[in-house]
Order: sequence, then C-alpha cells, then structure tokens
Amino acid sequence: MENAAINAQAGWFQATARQRIAGLLDSNSFTEFMGPSERVQSPHLHLFDLPSAFDDGVVIGRGKLDGRDVLIAAQEGQFMGGTFAEVSGAKIVGLMRAARDHKELPQTVLLLLDSGGVRLQEANAGELVVAELMRAIVEARSAGVAVIALVGGKAGAFGGAGLTAATCSRIVVSEQGRIGVSGPEVIETNKGVEEFDAANKALVWSVDGGKNRRLIGGADAFAQDSIEGFRAATTALLAKVPAFDLKTMHAEQARLASRQEKFGACDDAISMWRKLDIKDPEAIRDMAGKDFATLANTIKEANHDAR
Amino acid sequence: MLILKLRHAAKRRLSGKQDTAIIGVVASGNLEVLLERVLPGADCEIEIATPVTGYDETWKAVIDEFVERFSPGGLRISINDGGARPDTVFLRLMQGCALMEKV
Repeated sequence: MENAAINAQAGWFQATARQRIAGLLDSNSFTEFMGPSERVQSPHLHLFDLPSAFDDGVVIGRGKLDGRDVLIAAQEGQFMGGTFAEVSGAKIVGLMRAARDHKELPQTVLLLLDSGGVRLQEANAGELVVAELMRAIVEARSAGVAVIALVGGKAGAFGGAGLTAATCSRIVVSEQGRIGVSGPEVIETNKGVEEFDAANKALVWSVDGGKNRRLIGGADAFAQDSIEGFRAATTALLAKVPAFDLKTMHAEQARLASRQEKFGACDDAISMWRKLDIKDPEAIRDMAGKDFATLANTIKEANHDAR
Repeated sequence: MLILKLRHAAKRRLSGKQDTAIIGVVASGNLEVLLERVLPGADCEIEIATPVTGYDETWKAVIDEFVERFSPGGLRISINDGGARPDTVFLRLMQGCALMEKV
C-alpha cells in the first residue's frame, strides 16, 4: 500500500500514521495486515451519521527497523482523535496476541500511540479493548516480546493510550508528545481551575509534555520531532529493553514509590526539575532538543532499569 | 450519510503498476481516497460517503473534471469524506492517481 512520499526530516507531529510508518521503517520493508482494501471499518459510526475510515484509524503490519524485524501498529490521531474503539482497538490487541503466541513472528512491537483515549461513540467496546490491550502487552512482555511506545502526535497519549504507554517495555517521546491519563480539561472540569488550569498552555506542556516525562522517568528516550529523530531514538532504545521479570517489577515499584516521595509536594514542573538538581530549571523549556537529550541522559531518575 | 455512486467511461486506462493506493485522512476538511485497479478496460467507478448533504452537483462537477483530465480508467475509487472543499478533493484525487502511476 503506497502513500505520499515523505521526507525523513518531516515533523512527526504533523505526519499521518502511514507517513510515520513509511519513514520510520527501512524503505519498502512494510507489509500491512488488514489493509484499507479489506474495509474492516467501524460498525457503529454510521449510526451517528459520522464518516468511517477504511482502516478505522489504525495501521498494523510488519517490517524492518535498521534491519531488525518488527511488528508495528500506528494510530491515526487525525481520525476521531486516534481513539480506541471496537475495530481500531481489536487490530492492536490482535497484533499483540500474535506476537505473544507466535515465536516465528518478530518479537519486537512498535506502538505508535496518537490518541485521546476511548472513542465516545463506542465507549463500552473502547474501554474493554484498552483493558484487553494492557493485558495483552503484559502477557506479550512475559513471553519475551519487547513493546516500545512512540509518542509525539497531535492527540498525545491520554486516557487509555496513557495507560497503555505505562504498560510498555520502553517509551520514546518528543517535546510535542504529551502523556497522561486524565487530560488537562478533564482535570480542570473535575477538580477546578486551581488544581490545573487547562487554558495555561505553558503549564500544560511543561507538566504533560515530553521534556517533563523524560526527566522524571516517564519516558526512556527523547526524540527530535522528525521521523528521522524517532527512528534514531527507537533504534538506540531497542538495545536497552529490560527483561520482564520479578527483578524489573521490584525495581519499577521502588522507582514509582521514590518518585511519589520526591515530587509528591511539587505543584509544577519547574519545582520537580529543581528537585532533580538541575542547575537552571527555568531554562529547560526553551532548551534545544539535542542539548536537552544530552542533559536528560545525565539525570539518575530518567535513566533507570525498571518499567 | 450520503452515498453517491458515479460511473464513468474514461478515455483510457490509467498507466502504472500499483494495484492499490490510499491517500488522505478522514478529518475535518479532509478526506481519504482509496484507489483500486479492479475494473475492466477504461471503466471508472467512484463511490463517495459524506456526512455533508446538498452538494451532489458539486461532487459530480469535480469528478467529471477529474475523469476528463486524468482518465482514471480501470479504477474503483472510494472516498470517505470529512467535509473537504472541492479543491482538496481534487488534490487528493490527483495525488492518488500519481501513486497508482508509479511503476
């Protein structure tokens, strides 16, 4: 399945799911499963008089990353916010279970998350599929599969996508990538503007954005916002995937407990960065990507063996 | 949802080796176009699904012009529309043909 040619320098943030896959993987190595010609579409959207997508907003398949065989799933953040629904979710769950059960398949899964969470028009199916996916990821990891989340799209990774990211072996994020469970508007609506001012973009991006996630250990690699940047960061990370065993689980538990203790009283990102002994935390926001990536690699909390 | 099915006899078969191509995304002001080389001779079928009603004549005019200028014979073209403007529709159809014409 061909798509528009895309320059490797092109931004990840703006690219479509198909453009990301085409540029991330070795050229012409991608084979799609259940492609758009099969028209595996949402059975629900037409009831709401909403247009369907031929792939329901998820592209799955296999290919090569720097010569290494991988399975890949990409959410199309521009279609219905990249949401988890009956079909879009089942495609990712099916891919993950296939990796779990079939050793002859590639034992690395790249998950290109770009999603606001569950598709409200298919909410029950969407909630179920998020639960199924988290279970499938944990089972696949137990069976030795490496699951890498890549986050840098317009929709970020919120709701079920944020939960899904937290179950992965490793997470790659760009500055534009946001990871969270409750989105800023949800927090403000439920807890008030004093808790989180969703209109304050600088606050939102500093808390949910990729730089903070990387610094406090919520992501394991920082990618430049280009397809080439994600390719480089993901390739480098493949060598650093921890075994999914009791030792890693204990380390993860200890990491999260110490994070809670360290940052629990902080009320913004800069105060967290100060606790990390970063000399000039105010400068992080405007720091160039390459300099930031180098700095993040020196922070103890950001470079752990857990997850 | 409005479903428009249009049939044309193009002047010739579209050249190129690709059997299928997809371009665009179903998003506000955008559309996805799926092209499949499955029809005999210079036949061309176009099926449009759009939530926006009342623009049948505009769709027909855009498709007429596209078929006249690009002669997409042999193609079944399926469109999921997100409320795209006619110029965006024409652009995606052109991009789709360019993908199909690759050897």
